[in-house]
Amino acid sequence: MAETVTVKVTVNGVEHEARVEPRMLLVHFLRDELDMTGTHIGCDTTNCGACTVLVDGVPMKSCTMFAVQADGHDLTTVEGLGDNGGLEPIQEGFHQEHGLQCGFCTPGMMLVSKALLAENPDPSEAEIRRAISGNLCRCTGYQNIVKSVQYAAKKIRTGSAESTVGGGAS
Amino acid sequence: MSATKAQDIGGLGHSVRRKEDARFVRGKGRYVDDVKLKGMCYLALVRSPYAHARLKGIDISAAMKVPGVLAVITGKDLEEAGLAWMPTLSHDQQMVLATGKVLFQGQEVAAVVAESRFAAADGAAAVRVDYEELPVVIDPHAALGKDAPVLREDRDEKSNHIFHWEAGDRDATDATFDASDVVVTQDMVYQRCHPAPLECCACVADWDTVNEKMTIYMTSQAPHAHRTLFALVAGLPEHKIRIISPDVGGGFGNKVPIYPGYVVSAVASLKLGRPVKWTEERSGNLQSTGFARDYHMHAELAASKDGKIRALRVKTLGDHGAFNAAAQPSKFPAGFYNICSGSYDLENAFVEVDGAYTNKAPGGIAYRCSFRVTEASYLIERTVDVLADELGMDPAELRKKNFIAPDKFPYVTPLGWTYDSGNYAGAMDRALEMVGYEDLLKEQEEKRGRGELMGIGISSFTEIVGAGPGKQCDIAGIEMFDSCEVRIHPTGKVLARIGVQTQGQGHETTFAQILAEELGIPVGDITVEHGDTDTAPYGLGTYASRSTPVAGAATAVAARKVRAKAQKIAAHLLEVDEADLEWKDYAFRVKGAPDKAKTMQDVAFAAYTNVPEGLEAGLEAVDYYDPPNMTYPFGTYICVVDIDKGTGDWKVRKFVAVDDCGTVINPMVVEGQIHGGLTEGFAISKMQLIDYDEGGNITGGNFMEYLIPTAVETPHYDTDKTVTPSPHHPIGAKGVGESPNVGSPAAFVNAVIDALSPYGVRHIDMPITSDKVWKALRDAGIQD
Repeated sequence: MAETVTVKVTVNGVEHEARVEPRMLLVHFLRDELDMTGTHIGCDTTNCGACTVLVDGVPMKSCTMFAVQADGHDLTTVEGLGDNGGLEPIQEGFHQEHGLQCGFCTPGMMLVSKALLAENPDPSEAEIRRAISGNLCRCTGYQNIVKSVQYAAKKIRTGSAESTVGGGAS
Repeated sequence: MSATKAQDIGGLGHSVRRKEDARFVRGKGRYVDDVKLKGMCYLALVRSPYAHARLKGIDISAAMKVPGVLAVITGKDLEEAGLAWMPTLSHDQQMVLATGKVLFQGQEVAAVVAESRFAAADGAAAVRVDYEELPVVIDPHAALGKDAPVLREDRDEKSNHIFHWEAGDRDATDATFDASDVVVTQDMVYQRCHPAPLECCACVADWDTVNEKMTIYMTSQAPHAHRTLFALVAGLPEHKIRIISPDVGGGFGNKVPIYPGYVVSAVASLKLGRPVKWTEERSGNLQSTGFARDYHMHAELAASKDGKIRALRVKTLGDHGAFNAAAQPSKFPAGFYNICSGSYDLENAFVEVDGAYTNKAPGGIAYRCSFRVTEASYLIERTVDVLADELGMDPAELRKKNFIAPDKFPYVTPLGWTYDSGNYAGAMDRALEMVGYEDLLKEQEEKRGRGELMGIGISSFTEIVGAGPGKQCDIAGIEMFDSCEVRIHPTGKVLARIGVQTQGQGHETTFAQILAEELGIPVGDITVEHGDTDTAPYGLGTYASRSTPVAGAATAVAARKVRAKAQKIAAHLLEVDEADLEWKDYAFRVKGAPDKAKTMQDVAFAAYTNVPEGLEAGLEAVDYYDPPNMTYPFGTYICVVDIDKGTGDWKVRKFVAVDDCGTVINPMVVEGQIHGGLTEGFAISKMQLIDYDEGGNITGGNFMEYLIPTAVETPHYDTDKTVTPSPHHPIGAKGVGESPNVGSPAAFVNAVIDALSPYGVRHIDMPITSDKVWKALRDAGIQD
């Protein structure tokens, strides 16, 4: 068996400790060791962003980090969004504005958007497009993802937001 | 009893928010790679670095010594089991693991199974393969040359020619061409590209040694068809095979065929008696699974001087790579390519297509396309613009002059299809109005005066989807019907299962809406399931925009069968004759006394508690729907681009899409499909290319080289619709998922060419990258 080292990370507020091979990627650690399969793998080359998580609040592609590099850090994955089954604004935005189809890019898209809104509560469309440009989506053409982020921004700022796609909510 | 309204129950035409979102926004989707079974081991593939080489030997000894490696499987092992080759969906066969020689770079040569995915990868790296390189054939024209090496030694035919296929009347078309004032010709290549759904292919094969049953979790767009194929190929009894296609992270045609990774995983699970997971890497996905297009097309149009298009003549060479693994109905070697007469009322047309083998990955599959319709639509819409240029006519005016008139439907085309319904001028007029066409023409004239490059591109496409009538369309002999099974529980809640499989289209919501509309039961009380062959009725799967046209029809008809029985029970409850009842405002109502009524929920309870004599209990039905015809969605797309003369980069300033897909089930979902399809069309027109160098090395085999548009370069779209229902579909729906990908590439390309047309540019092949535009500008001597 290959040499292993100890990794201690906090994921969604819960501390985890495990022994892993030094070469194990953070995304495999999350998916295979912690069974948090909401973080996805869509490429081998750090292009697609399906594996995006927040490391100390900063979006990182978890296929570009070794698990050992996350040692001592505070991670947020899609499983950490919302509360007691309820949706937080970014999740509600994606649902209301039809910002997802197959759902594969969605966790990464929501996390990178959450990080954007933490820094910039009222981003322009161009700022949103720039912020999500490290994350690929093959289904939506991004237009409704932009609206989803705008919905969440408004909800966070004002406490309410109205859906605009498909003739409004139904 | 007050009337229920459509919006109360989420019936047709309402933007019901999707049920499936609840799990996806919480990270609780279950994709194949998320499946983890007790005792599961992992499979990695060894791939060929050469495009054409003889296999001199495979040494697995080092691989077997890698800690954790359990088995190495080679083509020889499969040969002994009779599984070294598998049939394709196009009357060909494909190697599962190479024997004799390899025929394309990335081809599957061996499989390593190990305790972990890392050990499997280490083992794969340790397999030593001895190759002897052979001459490589990349160009399909060269492949048909006399001196070309014959690639396929397993075939009786000693050539690289696969098939010849034609449609239409050659002599009559030639005669019309000879008698016409104007003839234009254009060669164009629809490049090799790849659907690249964000989730790659994957499976977990789980052989149950006790019950001798094989369960395969699989990224499948067609689970039932795959079950039957597994039964036929592997010789396992079909009731002992269960395919589960759980959440699928996009398909776009990529997940229609069976790939070697699936087969060898099943073999490995049989061999080891343990579950085996194979998860494709992105490079493997792009390099070896279903590529699309690679159609080398020659188009000719004949017209009168005043712009009446009279005939179309097309000659095409299709490059299928090493194996003809096109996934399409078996009687159509070039798919529905003969839809290429498009939206136009022609006197005659003739199309011929030949297929060729090359040392490239096998295919070609229908990428967000109903079997070669994208190629056909691009060909006609591009060539009509070439004709407009030749005649000096406005492209919109030329199209309108030649549209099939609304009163001519059903319309039989010279290439043999019967279009169900259409109003092409209606969609175009709306698009012209939305884009502000007249103002744009004025602006363009002014800009041209200043030497600025602005282009307007139009595409007025007609699609053919909903395969299809069983007598015409089959997959491996199985007629292309589709199905729905509806069961209403005593308390009026519904479970429905469908034969098609969603990969993001939202079937769990939209099919529930069809049932809500037909049964008067709120959409929230209806669960739609799919993708498990042990529970869902047999269906042919989701591709070619066939879900709504075929399974959607089955769903409406199954609900109507339920309603027919329910009406008898309602009559019993109301103590009236069945004939005195009508289904109105979502309830059975006594004619002339609409307040005397029973809802489906009332009836459902009675179906289990108070059935009239002579009627069996329960309330359920199943329908296997064989459509009488295809459906023919259409629309007009208009694209406006500005070109930077210094760099050759083109930017989409405005894009208007007017689609007509007949009756709309969920406007929000339809709009989402259109946004996504337009973006794939944009990607194909601007960046997506799977290319090979002379040695057969792929130059688009990962996401650093195979470019996918990001949110920054993707345009904003303005969408609208016209509604021309299909006369033969139970709810008038036509299907929409592929229209935007079929119709839009021509709009993008036509816009770029229009911008360059003052400088004599008539065509540039896709993808139109900045450097191609820059070179065209340089050649025209107008570089900044």
